[in-house]
Amino acid sequence: MEKEQDTILQEVTENDYKYGFTSDIESDSIPKGLNEDVVRLISAKKNEPEWLLEYRLKAFAYWKGLKAAPQWAHLKLPEINYQDIIYYSAPKQRAKLNSLDEVDPELLATFNKLGIPLDEQKIMSGVAVDAVMDSVSVKTTYKKTLAELGIIFCSFSEAVQDYPDLVKKFLGTVVPYRDNYFAALNSAVFSDGSFCYIPKGVRCPMELSTYFRINAANTGQFERTLIVADDASYVSYLEGCTAPQRDENQLHAAIVEIIALENAQVKYSTVQNWYPGDKNGKGGIYNFVTKRGICKGRNSKISWTQVETGSAITWKYPSCILRGDNSVAEFYSVAVTNNFQQADTGTKMIHIGKNSKSTIISKGISAGKSQNSYRGLVRVTKNAANARNFSQCDSLLLGDKCGAHTFPYIEVDNKSAIVEHEATTSKIGEDQIFYCNQRGIATEDAIGLIVNGYAKEVLNQLPMEFAVEAQKLLQISLEGSVG
Amino acid sequence: MSFIAKMLDVKEELLELYEANSDTLNLNSSEVMNGFREEAIMQFRKKGIPTRKNEDYKYTELEPVFQKDYKYRFAPKKITFAVDDIFKCDVPELDTKILILLNGWFISDEAQLQELDNGVIIGSLAEAAKQYPDLVGEHYGQHAKTSIDGLVALNTAFAQDGIFIYVPKNVVVAHDIQIINILLDDESLIVQHRNLFIMEENSEAKLVICDHTLSESEFLTNSVTEIVAKSNSRLDIVKMQNEHNKATQLSSTFISQKRSSNVSTNIISLHGGMIRNNVQVVMEEEGCENSTFGLFLVDKKQHVSNHTIVEHASPNCRSTQKFKGVLDDQGTGAFNGRILVHPDAQKTEAFQSNNNILLTDEATMNTKPMLEIYADDVKCSHGATVGQLDEDALFYLRTRGIGQREARLMLMFAFAYEIIGEIKVIPLRDRVNDLVEKRLCGELSRCNNCAMHCG
Repeated sequence: MEKEQDTILQEVTENDYKYGFTSDIESDSIPKGLNEDVVRLISAKKNEPEWLLEYRLKAFAYWKGLKAAPQWAHLKLPEINYQDIIYYSAPKQRAKLNSLDEVDPELLATFNKLGIPLDEQKIMSGVAVDAVMDSVSVKTTYKKTLAELGIIFCSFSEAVQDYPDLVKKFLGTVVPYRDNYFAALNSAVFSDGSFCYIPKGVRCPMELSTYFRINAANTGQFERTLIVADDASYVSYLEGCTAPQRDENQLHAAIVEIIALENAQVKYSTVQNWYPGDKNGKGGIYNFVTKRGICKGRNSKISWTQVETGSAITWKYPSCILRGDNSVAEFYSVAVTNNFQQADTGTKMIHIGKNSKSTIISKGISAGKSQNSYRGLVRVTKNAANARNFSQCDSLLLGDKCGAHTFPYIEVDNKSAIVEHEATTSKIGEDQIFYCNQRGIATEDAIGLIVNGYAKEVLNQLPMEFAVEAQKLLQISLEGSVG
Repeated sequence: MSFIAKMLDVKEELLELYEANSDTLNLNSSEVMNGFREEAIMQFRKKGIPTRKNEDYKYTELEPVFQKDYKYRFAPKKITFAVDDIFKCDVPELDTKILILLNGWFISDEAQLQELDNGVIIGSLAEAAKQYPDLVGEHYGQHAKTSIDGLVALNTAFAQDGIFIYVPKNVVVAHDIQIINILLDDESLIVQHRNLFIMEENSEAKLVICDHTLSESEFLTNSVTEIVAKSNSRLDIVKMQNEHNKATQLSSTFISQKRSSNVSTNIISLHGGMIRNNVQVVMEEEGCENSTFGLFLVDKKQHVSNHTIVEHASPNCRSTQKFKGVLDDQGTGAFNGRILVHPDAQKTEAFQSNNNILLTDEATMNTKPMLEIYADDVKCSHGATVGQLDEDALFYLRTRGIGQREARLMLMFAFAYEIIGEIKVIPLRDRVNDLVEKRLCGELSRCNNCAMHCG
């Protein structure tokens, strides 16, 4: 029995990265390195207005003043040489594209391998895609349908050109450039990303989705996403990523900002499956993301759902500031680590408004020699009367060489607040596997079954298309990893 | 001047104080204790007094208390009165062997160190280090490492006296031992005593530790206690903290457990200006059991912070941590608990819970229950809540004709009793029960004498 499990374990852990391929696309890159000129060059290449350049320069000056990346996370951070990174790389611009035929066939092939719904048949599935291939948006579908409703969904650089007032009004209001080391870096050199604005009273009829894909060797990705949901609007936003296999470590420092005004609702879902490095811990993406939303208006709601299976290092804390009265925030997370992956992820819920409510459900799964930490903060400020939080952070350990850690911070300044936190750590019960075996379910399938059941609470929160992909990812990363 | 600059001054002052008095320190103490001083002061020079930038002290602000003007005494003050005259513990039916520390110095009408008929050695640590250098040397400074905490380093550099307890193999101590820490001086004082308790194989003892302030001056206590529990030994400790509002107590306890030993600690923080309890437990061998409980009641501007680390270094150990707090007025509380399960410490069972009730909007509670787990076959859980009394329960009581105030008190008392019920010394449990009840009713806002003294 044990031997069989060992074999399965070996098979799974030795599985090659399914999405590891590189497409050969001519890239318009600038030389490696980072200095003020590079920041100016990026801004100039994107034909940005003066205020944005100033914002970048301010952020760069601040970043330069910071000594080093924060060390508080439960991660072994390698030394990152910021001068050894190309800060701008765009697939070569051709003339404006009118139909799919004009898109670089290599690029289309890449998307097809990933199953990204870009072509006609995908209209049936109702997904509008803003495909980000290395930093610059290549194609945006469904723009027309959305435009009729007044919804703006475009690449960040387009938004800067077309809707400068909106961008200027909201950029950096949730994640200021002084927020942290990586936020400052991103604010200085962000290449592109998505911008989304839902006007008053509009319910976005489809899931908006961005597929990120890291391409071109040695390219750091610095995406920036800004979502603004005006009064009484609703939007569900999907972000998903797969990256080709690389030997050199790649840096990814994105920022996502969400603003929900009165009665607005935003649902943000992520499936992250970047290259996690090989089974010896070589290579892999470093993922340092700052994601934060603000429930600005009364009765607003922001919900984060994430399935994290990739990246060599994940440093990510999607947070919510519950400023409006009666606002609601949710955080659902499944984080899977295998081999030498390290994840330090969690959330922050800052209760400011009265009657604000937040829920945190975090499921960590660690296998191999990986380290998986939940780190979260729940703060109830003095005026947040009747604030309510419930947190549950469970960890599942597969294998005796991995680690699972929980670091919750709870700070309460109001007597009417009710804050609860609970966490458990355990491994898959042998009796559970035995039970399945008895009923003719192979060990590998049994583990898949149990893990999926364990993560169900979170997977249920995902939109349909994502739920399927997420389940597959869980199976790929974990099946059979119990020894 | 900024806080940090001021703290540097305080640190420099303490360093100077050490330099100026190191000869006195070394002359009056034994080699065992002197052997650690140089290393300790070096560590203190490196670490300083922990600030809030230190993650472990994030919620405890030591700056203001260290910045006051304190006197330091390198020799015990001559007393002209009998201790019995100023202090008497009067818990009914509490029959204990009493050891008294006055401002950190062991005082006794009898010998400084006594060897009882059953081989138990109790008394002054300074004396024990002279008479039994091997026994003390084997454990002194081995568990409280100066490199982990600036406060431990500071204590190790200055420590001169404290309590020493040695329970030999197969001895069950019939009379519970009671240590009474009395702070009494006309001037503000820093007190840094050091305790060492050694439990040999198959031994058993119960300990009651009471802290009292008997004069109005400001006190800063920075104590370190090392406890060694060898195979199959059993030690139950109850710590009663009852000092006045101007007193600061920083107490660090290091417990090292060998195979199948069982140690329980119960910290009842009734009163004190600022209380910080560091408890570190290392279960070095298989089959250990540990319970760490705490109850704190704060009001006015008091601060109580409990910081625990329970390290499962071997398989098949079991630990429980339970801390409860009731916070009134502008009181602040903190709990920072950590369960650390080493690789290969399989079959570990570790539980931790922290529940708090906030009675006012000015009160603040910060809690940080952490799990760090490197083994897979474990059952670990932690939970933390901050809230108020259950409205449904209140309603239930009121529908049965119980008044609002009475009902609230009943519920608060029931909340606290979970910890009180764990006290293993029965007469004391009843007394604490009584005290907590009075405290919650508001009848006993502050008890100047022994917790057992006021009634």
